[in-house]
Amino acid sequence: MAAKPKLYYFRGRGRMESIRWLLAAAGVEFEEEFLEKREQYEKLEKDGCLLFGQVPFVEMDGMKLTQTRAILSYLAAKYNLYGKDLKERVRIDMYTDGTLDLMMMIALVPFKPPEEKEENIALIVKKAKTRYLPVFEKVLKDHGEDFLVGNKFSWADVQLIETILMMEELNASILSDFPLLKAFKTRISNIPTIKKFLQPGSQRKPCPDKQYVDVVRHILQF
Amino acid sequence: MACRPKLHYFNGRGRMESIRWLLAAAGIEFEEKFIESPEDLEKLRNDGSLMFQQVPMVEIDGMKLVQTRAILNYIATKYNLYGKDIKERALIDMYVEGVADLNEMILLFSICPPGEKDAKLALIKERTTKRYFPAFEKVLKSHGQDYLVGNKLSRADIHLVELLYYVEEIDSSLIANFPLLKALEARVSNLPTVKKFLQPGSQRKPPMDEKSLEEAKKIFKFK
Repeated sequence: MAAKPKLYYFRGRGRMESIRWLLAAAGVEFEEEFLEKREQYEKLEKDGCLLFGQVPFVEMDGMKLTQTRAILSYLAAKYNLYGKDLKERVRIDMYTDGTLDLMMMIALVPFKPPEEKEENIALIVKKAKTRYLPVFEKVLKDHGEDFLVGNKFSWADVQLIETILMMEELNASILSDFPLLKAFKTRISNIPTIKKFLQPGSQRKPCPDKQYVDVVRHILQF
Repeated sequence: MACRPKLHYFNGRGRMESIRWLLAAAGIEFEEKFIESPEDLEKLRNDGSLMFQQVPMVEIDGMKLVQTRAILNYIATKYNLYGKDIKERALIDMYVEGVADLNEMILLFSICPPGEKDAKLALIKERTTKRYFPAFEKVLKSHGQDYLVGNKLSRADIHLVELLYYVEEIDSSLIANFPLLKALEARVSNLPTVKKFLQPGSQRKPPMDEKSLEEAKKIFKFK
């Protein structure tokens, strides 16, 4: 029986959270090793695990994988969440790239100086409302289907619901002008694997707090 | 006969250059429609041609593709430059993402205000010689093959060689201690399609100068 994927990261969302979401959505059990001390990180580097000296790092199928997007694409392909052909794949790539851009902005917020945070969040909310969410609302409207691509659950849907939930933490009424996205959120949340992941006690990580920021700064020395 | 891909961007490298390199290396002829004013960009936006209101945008196979990575993934798959299976693809993706990170630093350096240039340059040099070049040299050394993945030319080799040229433009001494990277650069540069692209008169774009930086600032509205 194959070993479970093992995730190496800080005990928090950061760039690993999208990977946790995708594994969970695919119903794949995974282990986690949390980086709490600089020594753990240095050991991973010394052992040649981190190709570019960075985490996220995922050990699976005999590979030492780093780079968030490389890991996500591999998982999507392996677990049949990447569309049925190249044309569906490129649409999934366009949608996930867009949402990943937005989520990377959100991931950096806790590390900004306090005086910039509010302005930063306002910018993210504006971009979400004017650039990203309208696109997905239109996609759903145009085809009237339950999922973003090919009338089938894919990585694009997982990425979008993760983004929506993170945006709602920043701005509770972010979906007020997007009825189809509201329905989408409810529908996807009810998929058994997603429902399970959304429950307390799952491996989903909470909003970043000061302790998380301190650990990251300590380990990555910035 | 299928139409050629049509690239929509401003007349400069930016985020479109890696797409030009990949198409050229694959031997695919392409057209370019240059955005020359803010009005040109507005028109593309108002036509609904830009999914997230941004370029690059590539018209190919009846689609209007946006997002650099999505476009590159599509081209690489279509022209068999993406490995033979998902494990090779994962390795290629990992390498390509590393290249993209350093490339991004170089891109931002080319457009940053003069006051920030020194610090950015120092960081680029450090990352190049301490993080990225050693990683790729090690990969090549570990298998001793001509190409990064699967003993076959892939997009990883093309994107890396493109990056090597940019690093050389910044400081040609940085590659000095990386013989296998130098060999890869020579090998890929000698492929007929790449050789052609490297010659004057091709669609390869030159480094950004004062004039094109001003033009880009006007079109994309940044300072």
